[in-house]
Amino acid sequence: MKKDIIISGVGGQGILSISAIIGMAALEAGLNIKQSEVHGMSQRGGDVQANLRISSDTIYSDLISHKSADLILSVEPMEALRYIPFLSPDGWIVTNITPYKNIPDYPDEEALFAELKKHKNHVLVDADRIAKECGTARAGNIVMLGAAAPFLDIPYDMLEFGIKKIFGCKGEDIVNINLKAFKAGMEVSEQVLAGK
Amino acid sequence: MQKLLLLGAEAIAQGAIDGGMSGVYAYPGTPSTEITEYVQDPELARQRNIRSQWSANEKTAMEAALGMSYSGKRAMVCMKHVGLNVAADAFMNSAITGINGGLLITVADDPSMHSSQNEQDSRYYGKFAQIPILEPSNQQEAYDMAYFGFRLSEELEVPVMLRITTRLSHSRTGIVRKEEQPQNELTLPKDLKQFILLPSLARKRYKKLVEARPKFEESSAQSAYNRFFDGPDKSLGIIACGIAYNYLMEHYPNGCDYPVMKICQYPMPRNKIKEFEEKVDELLVLEEGYPMIEELLAGYFRKGKSVHGRLDGTLPRIGELNPDIVGEALGFEVPEEEEVPEIVAPRPPSLCVGCGHRDAYSALNVALKEYGDGHVFADIGCYTLGALPPYEAINSCVDMGASITMAKGAADAGLHPSVAVIGDSTFTHSGMTGLLDAVAENTPITIIISDNLTTAMTGGQPSEAENRLENICEGIGVDPEHIRVVVPHHKNHDLMVEMMKEEFEYKGVSVIIPRRECIQTLARKKRNKVAGKRV
Ligand SMILES: Cc1ncc(C[n+]2csc(CCOP(=O)(O)OP(=O)(O)O)c2C)c(N)n1
Repeated sequence: MKKDIIISGVGGQGILSISAIIGMAALEAGLNIKQSEVHGMSQRGGDVQANLRISSDTIYSDLISHKSADLILSVEPMEALRYIPFLSPDGWIVTNITPYKNIPDYPDEEALFAELKKHKNHVLVDADRIAKECGTARAGNIVMLGAAAPFLDIPYDMLEFGIKKIFGCKGEDIVNINLKAFKAGMEVSEQVLAGK
Repeated sequence: MQKLLLLGAEAIAQGAIDGGMSGVYAYPGTPSTEITEYVQDPELARQRNIRSQWSANEKTAMEAALGMSYSGKRAMVCMKHVGLNVAADAFMNSAITGINGGLLITVADDPSMHSSQNEQDSRYYGKFAQIPILEPSNQQEAYDMAYFGFRLSEELEVPVMLRITTRLSHSRTGIVRKEEQPQNELTLPKDLKQFILLPSLARKRYKKLVEARPKFEESSAQSAYNRFFDGPDKSLGIIACGIAYNYLMEHYPNGCDYPVMKICQYPMPRNKIKEFEEKVDELLVLEEGYPMIEELLAGYFRKGKSVHGRLDGTLPRIGELNPDIVGEALGFEVPEEEEVPEIVAPRPPSLCVGCGHRDAYSALNVALKEYGDGHVFADIGCYTLGALPPYEAINSCVDMGASITMAKGAADAGLHPSVAVIGDSTFTHSGMTGLLDAVAENTPITIIISDNLTTAMTGGQPSEAENRLENICEGIGVDPEHIRVVVPHHKNHDLMVEMMKEEFEYKGVSVIIPRRECIQTLARKKRNKVAGKRV
C-alpha cells in the first residue's frame, strides 16, 4: 500500500491538524509515514501545503514527485489547483468549495470551478455548510478529512482514533461533533464514488 | 517500542534529551526553531530540569553552550544557517578551545530560501573550523546523531556540528527512541588553561586540533552513518550526502544499480572515498547545498575521472534538490511538467489584519511623503513584509540589526531623513550595538522600533526586549525626550504622523516605539485561557 497526498490551503486554515490526524492514524495502523510541512514565512496568510506520504514499505523522499500524488486534499478551491503539477493522471482532487479571498485579484469563481471540473476525478465539498449543520463552523477541516477518508486506505477505526486523540482534551461533546462532521464528509465522497 | 511521531527538528531535541543533554541555548530561526520549542514543552521541561533559553542572539547562545560544556555538562546550541554568521567568532574559537562536556552545534540550512535571505551551506563552516559534521539523511538518523553526538564530541574532544536542512527539519515521521542517558556531573576541565586562547596557549591548542584530523577521518571511516552499498553497474559511482541519499533511493527502492557511498559524517574518510573512486568509471555527487564535495573531488583542473554534480550542470547549481531533479540527473524519464493552471493567482504572505506593523507603516508612508522615496532601512521580521504592496515602505533588509547601522551610514553620507525600522526582538538581537554607534556621534537618524512584544516571524517566542526597550535606549544614551512611545492604531494615525515628522527634523538620534501586542500571540493567550492552560 502506498499513498501520496498533498494537503493544501491558506496559512491559518489549519491544514496541519488534518495532516496530524492522518499521520497518527497511519502510524496506529502500523504504516510508515512522512509528513512534510511548511513553516515560517508562508504562514502569514500565504499559500501552504503539506506533503503526506503513507506506505507499507520504507519511504525515502520527504517530498512527492511531480505527477505522482494520489490525492490533493484542499480546504480552499483555488489552492487545490496550485498543486495540479503533482497530481497523478488517475489522482483525485477533494476540495472545499468556499473561497478564501485575502488577495485583490481572486479569480472568477465560475471559471475556477470549471477548471476544477476539467479533472475527471474530483469531489467538491461544501464543508463550511456541512460543518455548521454538524454543530460548529470550525469543523470544516474534519469534514474535509472525512471526504478524503475513502481515498486513504486507512481503516476507519484508526482515523477515529486520530480524531479522538486530537480532540480528546476538549471534551466528549467536541469529539462527537467532529466525528459527526467526519462521517458527513465521508458520505459526500462515497456518493460521488457510487455515481462513478 | 512505540514510535513517536516527530518532526526532524523535534527528533533532534528528543535525541539530545535522551542522550543526556543538560542545556539548550538558541535564537529562533526557521527551520531550527522547533528544536528548542520541543525542549521547552512545559511537561518535559518540568520532568527533566533541562536548562533552555531563547538567548539574545546566536553568539550569546553559542557562548552559553560553551560555558556549560566547560563545566562538564552536555550542551546544545541551535540556530538557522545565517545565525552561524552571528555566532561565527565563538564558533570558530570553540574548535580551538575544544570541549569538556559534549557540545553539539545544530545548524539548520534553508536551501531554496523558503524563509531566508540566502542559502549558505553550513558545512563550509564546519570545514573552516575543522570539526566533524554530522548530516542526517532522515529523521531517525537525526535522532540517533543527536543522541550519540555528545559522546562523539567527548571522544574527539571538539564540538560537533549537526547540519540539517529545511525538508529534514520540517518533515514528521515515526521515531524509535533509545534508552535515556544520565546527564553529566559538574566537572571542571582537567587543564584549567584549556579555554584561555592567549596566543601562546592558542597555538598549542590549534596544533592539537590540526593533528586530530586523522582521528576525525578514522571516526568517519568507522561511522555507521557512512556506508558503502555495492551495485552491479560500475560505469558510475554515486556519492550521496545527507538527505540527498533519500532522493536517490526514492528511485531505487530495491537497491541502486550503481555503487553508492552514503556520506553523513564529515570529514570524508579519504581512504574509503579513494577505494570507491577506483571501483567506478565516473562519479556523481548528490549534495543538498553548495557543491562542496563535488568541487573537492573534481579539483580545479578536473584532471581525474569525470565528476558530475551541480558544477558541471548535471544538477541545478542553485536551490534544493528533490526526487524529480535527482531522477533526471540519473537519466530517468521525468514526466512532462504540467503547468499550474493560469487561473491560480499568487497568494503571497502578508501582514495579518489587525497587526500593529500595518499602522506604523501607514503613518510612516504619509510622514515621509514630502521627502520622496528611498529613506527607509528595514530589518528582518514580520515587518519586512512592509516591502510588499500595499505598503512598499522599505528599501533594505540585509541582516539582523542592519537597519540602524545602514541608516547611520546613509545619514553620514547626507541622506535626510534617514529612518530605520526594526522589531523588538531584532533590536535586542543586534540593534543595540548599532544604536550605540549612532549615539556616540549623535547621528541624525530616526529609529522606529515596531514593538509587538514577541518574536512573531518565527512563531511567537518571548522577546528579551519586553519591558526593557525604553530603559535600554536611555541607557545607551538616547535623549529621553526623543524616546517616544505610541500605540499603533488607526485612531492614532495622525498622532503618529506628527510624531514621525517632528523626529525626522530633530538633529540627533531619536527612537519611536509603536507598541501593541502581536494579534497572533494575543489570540493564542486568549485560547489558552479559555482552555485553562498555563500560558
Ligand atoms: C541571524 C538571524 N537569526 C535569526 C533569523 C530568523 N528571524 C528572522 S526575523 C526574526 C524575528 C524577528 O522578531 P522581531 O524583530 O520582534 O519582529 P516580528 O517578527 O515580531 O515583527 C527571526 C528570529 C534571521 N533571519 N537571522
